[in-house]
Amino acid sequence: MALPDAEQTIAALADRMRGAVAFDAKFVGIYSGGAWVAERLAAMIDGEHPVGYIDVSFYRDDFSRTGLKPEVKRTELPFEVEGATIVLVDDVLYTGRSVRAAINELFDFGRPACVELAVLVDRGGRELPIEPTYAGARLAVARDLSIVLSRAEDGRLTLTTEAGGA
Amino acid sequence: MRNPQLNAQGELTHLLTLEGLPAEVIVRILDTAVPFASIAERDVKKVPLLRGRSVFNLFFENSTRTRTTFEIAAKRLSADVINLNIGFSSTSKGETLLDTVDNLVAMNADMFVVRHSQSGAPHLIAAHLNRTGRLHVHVVNAGDGRHQHPTQGLLDLFTIRHYKKDFRALTVGIVGDVLHSRVARSLIHGLTTLGTPEVRAIGPKTLLPTDLQALGVQVYNDTHSGLAGCDVVVMLRLQNERMKGALLPSVGEYFKHYGLTPEKLALAKPDAIVMHPGPMNRGVEIDSAVADGERSVIFSQVTFGIAVRMAVLSILAGN
Amino acid sequence: MKIEIKNGRLVDPRHGVDGVGTLCVGDERVVAVGAPPAGWRAERTIDATGLVVCPGLIDLSARLREPGFEYKATLESEMRAAVAGGVTSLACPPDTDPPLDEPGLVEMLKYRARSLDKAHVYPIGALTVGLQGFELTEMAELTEAGCVAFSQAEAPLTDTGVLLRAMQYAATFGHRVWLRPQDPYLAKGGVAHDGEVATRLGLAAIPPAAETIALATIFALVRLTGVHVHLCRLSTAEGVAMMRAAKAEGLPVSCDVAVHHLHLCDVDIGWFDAQCRLIPPLRSSRDRAALRAGLCDGTIDLVCSDHAPVDDDAKQLPFGEAEPGATGLELLLPLTLKWATEDGVPLAAALARITSRPAEILGSPAGHLGVGAPADVCLFDARVHWRVEPSALASQGKNTPFLGLEAPGKVRMTIVGGHVVHEG
Repeated sequence: MALPDAEQTIAALADRMRGAVAFDAKFVGIYSGGAWVAERLAAMIDGEHPVGYIDVSFYRDDFSRTGLKPEVKRTELPFEVEGATIVLVDDVLYTGRSVRAAINELFDFGRPACVELAVLVDRGGRELPIEPTYAGARLAVARDLSIVLSRAEDGRLTLTTEAGGA
Repeated sequence: MRNPQLNAQGELTHLLTLEGLPAEVIVRILDTAVPFASIAERDVKKVPLLRGRSVFNLFFENSTRTRTTFEIAAKRLSADVINLNIGFSSTSKGETLLDTVDNLVAMNADMFVVRHSQSGAPHLIAAHLNRTGRLHVHVVNAGDGRHQHPTQGLLDLFTIRHYKKDFRALTVGIVGDVLHSRVARSLIHGLTTLGTPEVRAIGPKTLLPTDLQALGVQVYNDTHSGLAGCDVVVMLRLQNERMKGALLPSVGEYFKHYGLTPEKLALAKPDAIVMHPGPMNRGVEIDSAVADGERSVIFSQVTFGIAVRMAVLSILAGN
Repeated sequence: MKIEIKNGRLVDPRHGVDGVGTLCVGDERVVAVGAPPAGWRAERTIDATGLVVCPGLIDLSARLREPGFEYKATLESEMRAAVAGGVTSLACPPDTDPPLDEPGLVEMLKYRARSLDKAHVYPIGALTVGLQGFELTEMAELTEAGCVAFSQAEAPLTDTGVLLRAMQYAATFGHRVWLRPQDPYLAKGGVAHDGEVATRLGLAAIPPAAETIALATIFALVRLTGVHVHLCRLSTAEGVAMMRAAKAEGLPVSCDVAVHHLHLCDVDIGWFDAQCRLIPPLRSSRDRAALRAGLCDGTIDLVCSDHAPVDDDAKQLPFGEAEPGATGLELLLPLTLKWATEDGVPLAAALARITSRPAEILGSPAGHLGVGAPADVCLFDARVHWRVEPSALASQGKNTPFLGLEAPGKVRMTIVGGHVVHEG
């Protein structure tokens, strides 16, 4: 199965968002891939787009089954969430559970005016009623494969597949 | 004999002692505490991680401080918290310790935070739970006799790491009644496991246990040589009973020789930090000038204590 | 009953017998060693091929828990345990409830034991009233009731003046005083040996000095009075050395070690295993080595089980609160054999430590198989191992640190006074 080129996809995503997204929208990336994408988008799209980072480990719905991830990062939102326009950014949208967790966590910081979702790749397979506002590419992927975004030393992004669905 | 703290998959299932815990496990707890510390800065100081779980504080020995921090930690994780002060409940009517535990498990307890005056009490409870197949119930030792106080040891390690970064370059001095101190024992094991090259115990001979060197500790009987060059100074609380037990003649003499004053602190490194597990006896083991001074990180220890306990509860609940 | 025991390996340490032979007993006594006397017909013949035939074991400390502690164990269960372990005579310490400080209590105990018709029970009388350490007991009366020696069990006797006079008084009637060498002040509150293990586990500790100081005091009093003293349950290397010197000096002293202390040390406490909560505490491996060497070279005269049945509830407590003691009557033989094999001690010498030597200290006519000796015999299979499990123990006390051990030596038959009291 051929994966799209990550750099091209992110350019396509930025194109879709340019002009549609609010001038002062805050971009909140979900670690780790979403954080990289959020940073790139903020650089590529004109406007005031401060970048925040969310780790959803404490809000996941599978904690009882799988326990705490070995590495938990700090959620950092260097702006007021109350009344803000937020664009949640993730690299791969699959079941929708991570986004659900991110939205719950966001709301513990305040009441945003509105929340949009931007994803680099939408691979379908939703288990919750969540749809992206902006998507870079849409793919159909076998359930036993996961799509992984990696970032090289020079910042270049690449998409690859790995065994183990996620 | 398998380590009773680890389950069949090698994951931490009880926190009973820092002795024998692999460095990776300790570091993971410290790393996990970092994001939990940031939760204190939010408006909503809660995450839903332990929602639906019941944490029972089983305190056979009174302690408002420790119990409160565990309660705060558990509540910030959205757990239900039940406090049991056993002096006032069934055990004083003759119910055995293990019967009390069994009754509480029947009430769907997921976690026991246990403080007891006898060394080994949490081990007894954990062994009983393991033996009776209750593998989903976890025990956290909140202090057993003079044996261990692992969450205190962990928050002390967290504090030291926060201010000093690398354990492998440090000289740490622990001053006071090491003989009776579970805090000291936990800290000693934690420090040596994480590679601290020099750990010192400083105190009068009556307050130092036998064969302390076997734990990897240098023993000093005077603060002048003991504090020289220390990066971290940890002051232990001196309890009044020690005077009655013919271990010390008076508070005055103790303070003169072992109490931390600005003059004694000057023997340590210029950027040394001062720690104390609390509660402090001002004028007994520590001078107010030092306790309130700029090298004191004592109040940070309290904040870090909540984050570390949240990390411990979360890791155990997920295993 | 007239019994002929053939083809067994007859081991009688006192008479230096060790070889295949025949033993004949009848009318409560040993009738012949070797061929049966002319005209003597056995009512029962036992083929002891492959078994060791030795004098019934003599255990110098076994708590029977009566009177007073019947919820822990009863005379019936513990006497069954004794003969299941090959023990045909045992001495029972005075720390019953009430303590054995009155002739009536001693008579009752002896009567009860006799009616059970199993092992011989030798009550040790209390040295002071109520074991409180102040007033002397009526030792003459207690002797008439059946006491063979006097002791304080584990209770401290801090007033050296009282101790001196108690020793003198006991000696007046020709008795030994059995004393636990433990200084109560240094031992106060302690539950473990003062060393690295207690430091790591945060357990209140008892230094070896608690034993050596008490030994020094006792030896000084022995020098002063010439009284025979038997020291109970040595635990330290220094104590063994002091004992060696005292014997070399010619002092009339003897001593024993509990069989557990030959095999375990403080490290075995592991994660607070209350089965290892014992008095005296398990000490370091260095102390254990010295105890074994002392038993080898005779500095330590004998081994006892220090049998103490404890109910489960009393052990399922944090280490410091758990009741001290371990069950031992059925482990005395296997653990002695284990020591002998490990340290290369010949069987006869090892068996002497649990037969002939204890008999001498006790003043018992048993402990050997010469003609005319009491017909107390133990037949055991030294080649067999059995697993130490609660179901394998006849004692009500299942409290032992040796659970799961493959113990060497299975008792096949025990004979007391010419009657078979146990077959297994």
